[in-house]
Amino acid sequence: MAYLIIFSPLLGFLIAGLLGRKIGDIASQVITCFLIFVSTVLSFFYLYLFINGSSVLNFVIFKWIASGDLNLNWSIYIDTLTSVMLVVVTSISFLVHIYSIGYMQHDPDKPRFMGYLSLFTFAMLMLVTSDNFLQLFFGWEGVGLASYLLIGFWFKKPSANAAAIKAFIVNRVGDFGLAIAVFMIFKYTGSLNFSDVFQKMPSLLNEKIYFLGNEGSLITYICVFLFIGAMGKSAQLFLHTWLPDAMEGPTPVSALIHAATMVTAGVFLIVRCSPLFEYSEVAKDLIILIGASTAFFAATVGLVQNDIKKIIAYSTCSQLGYMFFAAGVGAYHIAIFHLFTHAFFKALLFLCAGSVIHSLNEEQDITKMGGIYKKIPFTYIFMIIGTLAITGFPLLSGFYSKDAILEAAYFSNSYFGGYATVIGVLTAILTSIYSWRLIYKTFHGNYRGESDKYKNIHESPLVILIPLFLLTLGAALSGFVFKDLFIGNDHQDFWRTSIFFKDEFILKHPPLWFLMITPIFGLLVIVGAYFLYIKNENILENIKNSNLPFYNFLLNKWYFDEIYDFIFTRPSKAIGSFFWHKGDIKFIDGFGPNGFAKIIKIISERAVLFQSGYLYHYAFVILIGLTILLTYLLI
Amino acid sequence: MSDIPILSLIIFIPLIGVLFLLFIKGDKDFVDKTSGYVAQLTSIVTFLASILILVNFNYKDPNFQFIEQHEWIVNFVNYKVGIDGISLSFILLTTFITPICILATINSVKNRLREFLIALLLMETMMIGVFCSLDLFIFYLFFEAGLIPMFLIIGIWGGERRVYSAFKFFLYTLFGSIFMLISVIYIYFDTGTLDVEKLLNIQINKDYQKYLWLGFFASFAVKTPMWPVHTWLPDAHVEAPTSGSVILAAILLKMAGYGFIRFSLGLFPDASVYFAPLVFVLSIIAIIYTSLVALVQKDMKKLIAYSSVAHMGFVTIGIFVFNKQGIEGSIFQMISHGIISSALFLCVGVIYDRMHTREISKYGGVVNSMPKYATMFMVFTLGSLGLPGTSGFIGEILVLIGAFKFNYWIAFLAAIGVILSACYSLWLYRRVVFGETKNEKIKSLSDLNAREYLILAPLFIMTLVLGFYPALLLDLISLSAEKVSENMLNYINLVSRIK
Repeated sequence: MAYLIIFSPLLGFLIAGLLGRKIGDIASQVITCFLIFVSTVLSFFYLYLFINGSSVLNFVIFKWIASGDLNLNWSIYIDTLTSVMLVVVTSISFLVHIYSIGYMQHDPDKPRFMGYLSLFTFAMLMLVTSDNFLQLFFGWEGVGLASYLLIGFWFKKPSANAAAIKAFIVNRVGDFGLAIAVFMIFKYTGSLNFSDVFQKMPSLLNEKIYFLGNEGSLITYICVFLFIGAMGKSAQLFLHTWLPDAMEGPTPVSALIHAATMVTAGVFLIVRCSPLFEYSEVAKDLIILIGASTAFFAATVGLVQNDIKKIIAYSTCSQLGYMFFAAGVGAYHIAIFHLFTHAFFKALLFLCAGSVIHSLNEEQDITKMGGIYKKIPFTYIFMIIGTLAITGFPLLSGFYSKDAILEAAYFSNSYFGGYATVIGVLTAILTSIYSWRLIYKTFHGNYRGESDKYKNIHESPLVILIPLFLLTLGAALSGFVFKDLFIGNDHQDFWRTSIFFKDEFILKHPPLWFLMITPIFGLLVIVGAYFLYIKNENILENIKNSNLPFYNFLLNKWYFDEIYDFIFTRPSKAIGSFFWHKGDIKFIDGFGPNGFAKIIKIISERAVLFQSGYLYHYAFVILIGLTILLTYLLI
Repeated sequence: MSDIPILSLIIFIPLIGVLFLLFIKGDKDFVDKTSGYVAQLTSIVTFLASILILVNFNYKDPNFQFIEQHEWIVNFVNYKVGIDGISLSFILLTTFITPICILATINSVKNRLREFLIALLLMETMMIGVFCSLDLFIFYLFFEAGLIPMFLIIGIWGGERRVYSAFKFFLYTLFGSIFMLISVIYIYFDTGTLDVEKLLNIQINKDYQKYLWLGFFASFAVKTPMWPVHTWLPDAHVEAPTSGSVILAAILLKMAGYGFIRFSLGLFPDASVYFAPLVFVLSIIAIIYTSLVALVQKDMKKLIAYSSVAHMGFVTIGIFVFNKQGIEGSIFQMISHGIISSALFLCVGVIYDRMHTREISKYGGVVNSMPKYATMFMVFTLGSLGLPGTSGFIGEILVLIGAFKFNYWIAFLAAIGVILSACYSLWLYRRVVFGETKNEKIKSLSDLNAREYLILAPLFIMTLVLGFYPALLLDLISLSAEKVSENMLNYINLVSRIK
C-alpha cells in the first residue's frame, strides 16, 4: 500500500508524459488526477494509523548503491513526521491537479503539464519517505528538476527560461552544502541511514574537526551544511533570489511547489535531523538568525511589490522564515504545524490569485486591478479567508501555528530567541499590512485597468472553485482541529521517535499582553490599510516620494540580484573567457603544440615534410623518433 | 566454454569484418550499402560475444579470468590476454557503443563510407585489445595503434581545420607515448618480464618508480586529458565527424583512466602515493577551469568537449584517493560519461545533420518542431550535470564521497564543479532547445526518425537504468576494484608503519 502512495504519481507521470499525445488531454487529466487521488486517500489512512499509535514502517524496494561500506537501498520509511508530510503533499497536489484542469484549459500542452505535476509529486514523496540521506538527496534534486521544468513550462518566454535556470542553479548551491554535510556524515559515522547516523551521533559530540581552516565541532559543521542545503530549497536569505522569479511558472505550480510543498522541504530536513540539531547550539542560533531575518526581509519587500504573485511569493519566503526560527528554538513540532497550516492557506492564496489572474485574462499587476469583488465573489470570499488565516485571525489556522511559534521564541531564553520574538511580532504586523494591501488593491476601490477589459471579467469555473473551497476549509479549520494533536501537551505521544527533543518541550503560557499584540494589530491593520490604500492614497504616495531611495531599495528587493550578478555571474563569464582565450589558446597552445609546430615547421620546411598533412609523413616522423630513442636506449 | 579463446575471438571479430569490407566491390551505392550491413553485423556479433563473456564471467573471482597466453617474441613479448571486472566493464562499453556509432555513421558519412567503417572496426579491435592486454608490450601496441584510425577519421573525414586538429592530436600523443615506451622498455630491463600479472606482484625499484610513473603519466594525462594537456580535445571533437567524436569521448579517453588504475596504481604504488597531490591539483584545476571555459563556448561540440575534460577530472581524483568508493566511482564515472557524452555528441549530430552548423546562437526553439528530440536531449543533459536518478550522479557522488574521506579540500573544490556543470549544461540546453523559434529553418525541422531513435534509445535506457540500479555495474567491478584499492591502502599502511 505504501508503494502505491509513491508509485501512482510516477505512473501518472509516465502515462501523461509518454502516452499523453496518444490518449489525449482529457484522459491524461483524468488519469493523473485519479492516481494522485489514490495516493491522497492512502496518505490520510496512514496519518490515521499514526494518530492511533502505529509503529514506524520501513520497506526496502531494492538495492541502490553498494560500494565498500556504503550500502543504500531505495526504501520507504513512514513515521509520524512522514505521514504528516504525506498528507500535506498529496492533498495539496491532488487539489492542484484538479485546479489545473480549469486553469490550463487554453494551453495546448496539458498532458505535459499534468505529467510534470505528477513527477514533482513523486519526487517529493521520495524525499519525505526516505530512510537515508542519499535518497533524500534524490528527492531533493528531483523536486528541483520538476520545479525547473515547471517554471520553464512556457518555454517560449525568455524570462521563464531564465527563472527556471536560476532556480535550478541557486538550488544547486544549496545542494552543494547538503552534499558536503552528507560526505561529512558518511566519513565520521560510516553510514548514511538516518537511524544509524542518529544512533552514532551522541558518541561523536566531542569530535573536533579541522575544516576549511577552522577548527570546530563536527556536529556543528554537519548541521550548518545541512542548513545551507535547507536555505537553498526553502529560499532563505542569501539563497532566496530564485523564489520570486519562479513565479514565471503557471500559478498552480507556484501554489504546489513554491508555496505548499517543495519549499518546505528545508524545514522538513531540519526536523528530520532534529537528533543532530538538538546537539548544536551554534547551528540552532544560526537558523534562528537566518530564519527571523528572512521573515523580516521578505515581508518588507512584500510591502511594495505590485505583481500579485510576487507579493505572495515574498510572503511565502517570510512564512518559511517563521518555520525555521521555530525549529531553531527547538520547537520542531510547531515548525511542522506551521508548515501544515501554511500549506493550506498559502496554496489557497496562490490559487485564488490564479483565479483572479485567470478572470482578468492574465493580468498580474495589482495597480491595474481594483473593484472587482462583485464580479468574482467566490474567489473574493475565499481569498479573504485565506488572508485572515495568514494574518492570524483568531480561530483560523494561522492563528494557532503562528502564535505558538511566537510563544516558543518568547520562552527560548537566548539573545537569538529574543531577536526572533521581536522580529516575529514585527513581521506579523507587516504580514497583515501587505496581505490587506493586496486584498484592497485587487478587489476594492475603482477598477484601474483598461476599461473594455472590465466587462469580460468573469468568475472562474467550478473545477477551479471546488479546490478553492476545499482549501478554504483547510485554511480555516486545520489549526483548530489539529492543534491538540500536533502541539498540545501530549504532542510527544503523537510524534514519538520522529522528532527528537533533548529536553522535554512544554509550551508555557506567556503574559496576556504578548498574546494580544498580533491579533489587535491584525484588526487595526484591516481598518488602517483600508484607509491608506483605498480612501487616502495620497498619504502613502507622499511618504513614498519623500523616501524614494528607501522605497526603491525595497522595490528592488534590497538589490540582491544586482549584487549577485556583479559578484558571481559576470566574473565567472569573464574568467571563463580569460581562461579560454589567454589560458588555452594563447598560453598552452601557443607554447605547446603550436609553438612546437612552428619550430618543427621551420626546421622541416626545407624537407617539405609538414605542409602536406598526409598521415604517412607523420608516421615517418614517429618512426624516426622511435629509432633514435631505441638506439639511444639500447646502446 | 573454457577451451574457446573467447577473448582473442572478441578482439579479432572486428578484424574479420574488416577483411570482408576490403573485398566488397561494385559501384558506390552497392559498396556503401553492403559495407554498412557488414560493419553493422560485425559490431553486433562482437557485442553479443561480449555478452557471452559477461554471462560466463565469475563475479566472485577478483583475479584475471579467461587468460590466454602465447609466446610471440621469445623471452620478450608474450601475447597474453585476460580480464577482470574492470576490464570487462570497459569491453562492454566498447562493444555497446560501436554498433551505435556504426548506425550513426551509415547515413551521415557520404564520402568513402567503407574506409570509414574499416577505421571504426579497426579501432574497436584496438580498444578491446587495450582492455584485455596482460602484457605491457601488447598493451602499448594496442594503445598506440588505436590512435591511427582516429587520426584518419579526423584527418580525412573531419571539418575545415581537420589537418590542424589531426596534427595537434598527433603531437600531443607522440609526446606522451614516447615517455611511456621508454618506461616500458626500462621495466623489461629491470624486471625481465612484461607480464602484467607477474609485475603486479613485483616491487619495482623505488628510486626508479617515480620516473617510470611519470613516463606512463605523460601518456595517460594526454589521453585523459588532464589540464594543461587538454587543448587537443576540443579541436579534435569539433573537427571529427559525429561518430568519431563519440568513439573519442566514449572510449578513447577511457583507455587512459583504465591505464591509471591498472598500471599506475598497480605497478607503481609508491610513486602513485607520492604523485597523488599533483594529480589532485591538476584535476581540480581541470574541473573548475574547463567548466568556466565551457560556460563561454559558442560551439556546441566544443562546449561538450570541455565538459568532458571536467568530468574526467572527477575520474582522476577518484582513482588517486585509493579508497573503494573513489575507485569504483571513477570507473562508474567513466562508463557513465561514455554513455552520456556519446549521447550528447549524437544529439548534436542529429541537429547538425539538419542544420549544418554547430553554432549555438544559430539555434533556439528546437523544441517546437522536435519535441521528442528535446526530451531525449533533456535527459542526457541532466545526466551530464549529475542529477540523481541518472548514471552521472552515481559516479560523481561516489568519487566525492571517496575524496572527502581522503581529504575534504579535494571534495569541496571538486563539488564546485557540480554547480558549474549545471550552469553550462542547462544554459546550452536553453539556448538550443527552448525559446521562440527565430530561425525559419528550425520551424520546418523534422523530429527524430526511426534510425535516430534506435541510436539514442539504448543510451537513454542505460543512463536511467544505471542511475536507478547501479548495482548492475557495481557488482561487476566490485571485487576487482576492491583488490586495487586494498593493495593501495595496505601499501599506505605498511609505509606509515615503517615510518
